[in-house]
Formats: sequence, structure tokens, C-alpha cells
Amino acid sequence: MDVLYFAWVRERIGLPKETVETKAATVIELVEELRAREERYALAFSDLSALRVAVDQDLTDFDAPINGAREVAFFPPMTGG
Amino acid sequence: MRVIVQEDAFDGGAELNAFTAAQSNMGAIVSFTGIVRDVAAGLKQMDIEHYPGMTERALEQIAADAMTRWDLGDVLVIHRYGPLHPDEPIMMVATASKHRKDAFEAADFLMDFLKSRAPFWKKEQTFASNDWVASKQEDEDALKRW
Repeated sequence: MDVLYFAWVRERIGLPKETVETKAATVIELVEELRAREERYALAFSDLSALRVAVDQDLTDFDAPINGAREVAFFPPMTGG
Repeated sequence: MRVIVQEDAFDGGAELNAFTAAQSNMGAIVSFTGIVRDVAAGLKQMDIEHYPGMTERALEQIAADAMTRWDLGDVLVIHRYGPLHPDEPIMMVATASKHRKDAFEAADFLMDFLKSRAPFWKKEQTFASNDWVASKQEDEDALKRW
């Protein structure tokens, strides 16, 4: 699936998008896999209360299922308007 | 109902005139335009990042929710992304209704949800720093009004 990063999450991880092969069943399982990869991921995902997640472009929670999802996006709270 | 996400500047007056001209038998038109403000350290540029695809979906959902909750004839939402400068328009909403209360309330609702439920992120380049704008608890609390 595609994993997307925005704003400071993108800056900390160092890329806007990547394709990830994963067996994770939920968002939090995907986060654990990413955290284990490298320090920059561990740093970006160190405080989940500072992050929001969207699965297939719908805002959701970290315990949401991701089976069959095409894209998962991580970003800070939004600041539009 | 019209949702526009664009990098280019827009003419708020012209957009409002066109929106107004497109209505019939609407007794009330309300519009709000958000403008880039300068900051104490001096704003060089504000960069707005967004999530193409999700942005349009989220804005359309918010506009559709407003159409469901209030007696509206029409809704317009324009939101920019990319580099912006002080005094430039960032976004606008307009609502048309038979009645003033519905038009005002729906515009207020749209603004509250655009602030914290549409995937935009602002970064301020000032003469002192280059920082992402933090979300505010009061913006999150504002959603509870609805």
C-alpha cells in the first residue's frame, strides 16, 4: 500500500510517499513496523497524540483496520481556513 | 454547491458577485474571506500544503453536511494552497439561503470545519524562523458547538 506523509511528518521522515509491503492489520500495527525501521521513523511517530491518520482519504483512528486499504496517510492536526 | 482547491489567487469580490448572480429567490447571501495576516517577526511567506484528493473529498463532505443541516440554496468554498503572502486571500466561503440565520450559521459551521477537518497545513516563513503553524485547542473545541 502507499503510505503518505504531510507537513512536519514528511520533513522528519524525509519523503512524501512510499510503497510499503505490510501484513499489519491496523494502523497502529503499521506504525509499530515503521517505528522499528529507523530512528527517523521512531522520532516521527514518537507521540501519536500529535498525529492524525487517514485511511483511503478518510480521517480515522489508530486502531482502524487497514486490510485492503490503498493508502494510509499520517500528518499533524490540520490548520486550514 | 461548488468546491474549488487552487494555487492561484482569486478575486473575492468577483466570486461573490458570480455566486450571488447564480441564485434565484434567495433572501440572504453570507460570505467570509480569510486573508494572510502578518506576524510580529514579519511574515515573508506562508506555505500551505494539502493532501490532493482528500482535500476535495473533505471539503465536499463539509459543504454537503452544511446543505443538509441548514436550509441553503447554494454553498461555495474556495481554498488555496502553495506560497502565499501577507494580505492575499487564503480562502472564502459563501452561503445562500432564503433566510439570514441559516446563511450565517452555515458559513460559521463551514469555517469551523475547514480550520481543523480539511487536510491543509500552514507553514510560516518569517524573518526569524520557519515553523509549521500549530493547531489550536480552541479550534478543536469550536467543533463541539455544532
